[in-house]
Amino acid sequence: MNRRLIRRWVSNAMVGLMVVTVVVAVAPLLFILLNLLVKGAGSLSIEFFTRTPVPAGETGGGVAHAIVGTLIIVGMASLLGLPLGIGAGIYCAEYPGTRIAKAARFIADVLNGTPSIVVGVFAWALIVARTKQFSALAGSCALAMLMVPMVMRTTEELVKLVPHSLREAAVALGYARWRTSLGIVVRTALPGIVTGALLAVARVAGETAPLLFTALGSQFMSFKVTEPMAALPLTVFNYAIGPYEEWHRYAWATALVLILVVLVLSLAARLATRRKFTLNA
Amino acid sequence: MASTYVTGSPITGSLEGSQVGDRLFKALLTAAALAVPILMGFLVYELWLGSRLAIERYGLGFVTGSIWDPVAEEFGALPLIVGTLVSSFLALLMAVPLSLGVAIFLTEFAPRALRQPIAFLIELLAAIPSVVYGLWGIFVLVPLLKAHVFPFLRDSFGFLPFFQGPIYGPSMLSASIILAIMIMPFIMSVSREVLLAVPASQREAALALGATRWEAVISAIVPYARSGIIGAVILGLGRALGETMAVTMLIGNRNEISASLFAPGYTMAAVIANEFTEAVGDLHLSALAYVALVLFLVTVIVNAGARLLIWRVSRGTPAGGMGA
Repeated sequence: MNRRLIRRWVSNAMVGLMVVTVVVAVAPLLFILLNLLVKGAGSLSIEFFTRTPVPAGETGGGVAHAIVGTLIIVGMASLLGLPLGIGAGIYCAEYPGTRIAKAARFIADVLNGTPSIVVGVFAWALIVARTKQFSALAGSCALAMLMVPMVMRTTEELVKLVPHSLREAAVALGYARWRTSLGIVVRTALPGIVTGALLAVARVAGETAPLLFTALGSQFMSFKVTEPMAALPLTVFNYAIGPYEEWHRYAWATALVLILVVLVLSLAARLATRRKFTLNA
Repeated sequence: MASTYVTGSPITGSLEGSQVGDRLFKALLTAAALAVPILMGFLVYELWLGSRLAIERYGLGFVTGSIWDPVAEEFGALPLIVGTLVSSFLALLMAVPLSLGVAIFLTEFAPRALRQPIAFLIELLAAIPSVVYGLWGIFVLVPLLKAHVFPFLRDSFGFLPFFQGPIYGPSMLSASIILAIMIMPFIMSVSREVLLAVPASQREAALALGATRWEAVISAIVPYARSGIIGAVILGLGRALGETMAVTMLIGNRNEISASLFAPGYTMAAVIANEFTEAVGDLHLSALAYVALVLFLVTVIVNAGARLLIWRVSRGTPAGGMGA
């Protein structure tokens, strides 16, 4: 009798402990978001989004250059990385047993675990060291390299989920293989593929390490992809480690903008799949 | 018979067209799939090429040398490697119990309505960029630790060598704490998936034998998912090893091995982030590329181990359950 009570008590105590872990785990998220809002929102103004930085010591200025830079760098990375990743993912789902598919899958897993700074060193060696010029394009290549394995794996998983009967029906109707793949199978999996792509874009949009010695960062508005370019994460980093109070204020505000971009992309990704479920139901 | 050769027929038309289409389709996809191993090959080749100078000069002695002096052109990576390992393992020490607690709570105990929202909140943590963690670390976490947590640790556990010496803000311990927060969502979500894959019969059998709910978890469910959970932990370790920005901003960047966790340290990723753009000498650049190569190899080994363990679980090797 007594032992049963103790055992029940231990069980309840462990559950209580787990509730504590949940609180401890969620606390940093709320803490970080709250701090970003409190310290960042005050510095947000129309000027902040439309102007470029002013020299240290003066007040005013904004991060328009970094917003444009992030759009260009991440946009180019998506153009390079998404088709490659999605194509490789479809290949692995359509021809799953081949040697190429097995190799691609294994290597994608290895690449997925590769630190982004190592990919940055690679892009530096491949492009910056050869052209002797820091460039936005090199940054885009580094980010694209990070996107490929992520997008490839999600695409493969989702294409594999498409019921076989759909494919058989299309083939029975005389569809060619490529039209079956693209028009039926991939199209059915499309919302999921879009989700995977958006999540990958969201993740690389926040990456700093691969841009440090590729895109390098800049104080000016620039549209030339063969020259150094600013990006939101780089701007957060440079302002955060800088010596001025004013810069720290900007770091918080820029971080708030960055996190809004990332969260909006992540939420959009979730909505893309939700639409799929309502359509199917 | 003759109708097969009517070129205008829609069926033959589509078949002829489809052969070209099929070949083109397959060729394009194959090219994309081949690009992945090719890119990887390039990566290894470029890293090796970049670090050749340092490899020729130091060989494997690079990983045991403890002096890193760009001015004297003397490079050894031991403090960096030790710093990377220590910060990552400390982070695991904090993150593993937390994430397992959350994962078990979410799969076994939480009210159904709470499961998705909590998991979503914690996965949002994974979406926060590393540099934002760094910013928050510098201006919120470190002052907090310096003012309250570190003095408390020194007063209560000062007899241990880890908690002695002067208190700086940026330190090995600060970096480990931010790392723990960052890898927690990964370990949580992977082990949650593994726990969800445990067949219900496993839990039901334990409960039927009279186990309490906690006893069922600890004696029937967790052991079943063991290798998957270990895989999740190692995956988290892989993340921690390569994490750059937040660590660079919090660890203090001092190239020394110190017993005290209050002392600043350095990691492989941080030294690359700090010195790469400013490196002028060829040997310095080459040494940094060598560090990148070592870091790459370490993460490859760690991740390969994790994948292997997770595969074993998803193939149902342990106990071979009755199906979910």
